Amino acid sequence: MTTDDGRRTTDHRPQTTNYGRQAVRAGWGVAPTFEPNLPRRKVMGMVWEGVALLAILLGIAMLLTLLVKVFVDGLPYLRPQLFTEFPSRFPDKAGLRSALQGSIWLMVMTALLSFPLGVGAGIYLEEFAPKNALTRFIEINVANLAGVPSIIYGLLGLGLFVRGLGLGRSLLAGVLTMTLVILPIIIVSTREALRAVPASIREAALALGASRWEMVRDHVLVYSMGGILTGMILALSRAIGETAPLITIGALTYIAFDLRGPLDIFTVLPIQIFNWVSMPQEAFHRLAAAGIIVLLALLLTMNALAIWLRNRLQKRW
Amino acid sequence: MIANRYRLPSSPFRSDGLHQRRKWEERAVKAILLLLALVSVLTTLGIIYVLFQETVLFFRQVSFAQFFLDTRWTPLFLSKRFGIWPLVNGTVLVATGAMMVALPLGLLAAIFMSEFANERVRRILKPFLEVLAGVPTVVYGYFALTFITPILRAIFPQTQIFNAASAAIAMGFMILPMVASLSEDALYAVPNSLREAAYALGATRWEVATQVVVPAALSGIAAAFILAISRAVGETMIVAIAAGQQPKLTLNPLESIETMTAYIVQVSLGDTPHGTLEYQTIFAVGMMLFLMTLGMNVASHLLARRFREVYE
Repeated sequence: MTTDDGRRTTDHRPQTTNYGRQAVRAGWGVAPTFEPNLPRRKVMGMVWEGVALLAILLGIAMLLTLLVKVFVDGLPYLRPQLFTEFPSRFPDKAGLRSALQGSIWLMVMTALLSFPLGVGAGIYLEEFAPKNALTRFIEINVANLAGVPSIIYGLLGLGLFVRGLGLGRSLLAGVLTMTLVILPIIIVSTREALRAVPASIREAALALGASRWEMVRDHVLVYSMGGILTGMILALSRAIGETAPLITIGALTYIAFDLRGPLDIFTVLPIQIFNWVSMPQEAFHRLAAAGIIVLLALLLTMNALAIWLRNRLQKRW
Repeated sequence: MIANRYRLPSSPFRSDGLHQRRKWEERAVKAILLLLALVSVLTTLGIIYVLFQETVLFFRQVSFAQFFLDTRWTPLFLSKRFGIWPLVNGTVLVATGAMMVALPLGLLAAIFMSEFANERVRRILKPFLEVLAGVPTVVYGYFALTFITPILRAIFPQTQIFNAASAAIAMGFMILPMVASLSEDALYAVPNSLREAAYALGATRWEVATQVVVPAALSGIAAAFILAISRAVGETMIVAIAAGQQPKLTLNPLESIETMTAYIVQVSLGDTPHGTLEYQTIFAVGMMLFLMTLGMNVASHLLARRFREVYE
């Protein structure tokens, strides 16, 4: 509220409801001047609505430009050798073979490790955890971990897995690091999926004499599996696009042999792409674009799978 | 949660032995699940331990004064200088640029989605924003270097090949969906009675949105903005690809700079032996980065909670 000479007066409205309090505090939300010309206000409103729509369209235009640019650049190099050849100093001979192997191994192993860890933690927090300080601490901790930059996880992996456990720059060190990166995502999505199961299901199971674990295992988990798997796939699609933590633990860019086991050194798609982008030659940039097409295709497939799973397994209550 | 309220009756259909076994199974499962949940706590402890341990080693050789008062960062050169500010400067410069793109566009997008778009339009637009958020950062880096930079150089010929502006623009568009989605949630939570009251007083749609709904959702929007800044500060691949490797104190976005994250990548790509001072610098820089993002994440969390308006 503003007087004629611009001074703010005290707010005399009854304070029984608290909404908008902060708006008033911020000196906002109270029109500074009243514009009596209604047609003008309506026109201005429409103009601004157009601007808001434009903001979204600008983002979409950026996305489309990016996709077109990548496809135009990369299509000539999208040929069989891209999948069968190892990286090379010569762009015409270079391929993604070791990177593809690394990405697929990394994804499968990370999935196997992070699924029980993340889903288990989610089940505990949602179904078993008593309301106490420890639970609150774990919850705050998970929320906070989700905001830690991924490169910090790389430093953790470097200090703990590469040096501490002596795993070296192996695939296993990468898997352990990546598991920690996506763990908070899995925990959060698992909890959401569990929360979507209505209380009546739980009550019915308990009423028939099931123990808490029997109720979770035989009923709640069954109904929420669609949501849990969807979250899992989305977390994994984050994992295969993630570059920084793996560079930090020392995944190499030039690997010219097949990956044989979890203790081998490795590389992954995004690291190979990064390596090619960093080269000065134009031809390598085009190779990078071809690699990006492969990476995006992989991500698209996983997302489609997630949507399909969601539609197929998700139950509406 | 629900089950807490019920006492399980001992079932008459089970023998006592079985009942005992179930009780033990129940306890064992609960203990195992608790251990799994504690992995996240161990992760945090591990991060703090690793960063702290190496940072302490770093500060045994480099004084706080050298770290916080020097204006040059050259630990990889022969004449080593350890002033952190050039890296912080680069990080803040890129993050500021990214926010100049992401915050206004993201908020406008959120207002449009929450206040103006009908269900059909939302369903068309939303997936695009989700894809925009799901593109790997290395792809944005490629785009910044091979598309945005040439355009910038055509407009401003003095632009260097690696520059802060190009990375900032790409990063801004990468973070836009996150700002839009979090702000939209905040706007969406504002009850319709507020909107209806404003309409009843004769406000137009745009006035309702900007003078009633946005102010009422201000804390949630501010929390979203802070999270976005934190994300920009921690973002790595775009700046490693497009912003360069020259730590310096500058406010000119067309120059090559280096961020904290890009420095960690630069050292990681080389073969730095364990235990050397160069190796320890990335942990000291990482500690700085961790503390900055942690501070912002906590601030965002508190802001969202402290000022959350409770609507029934």
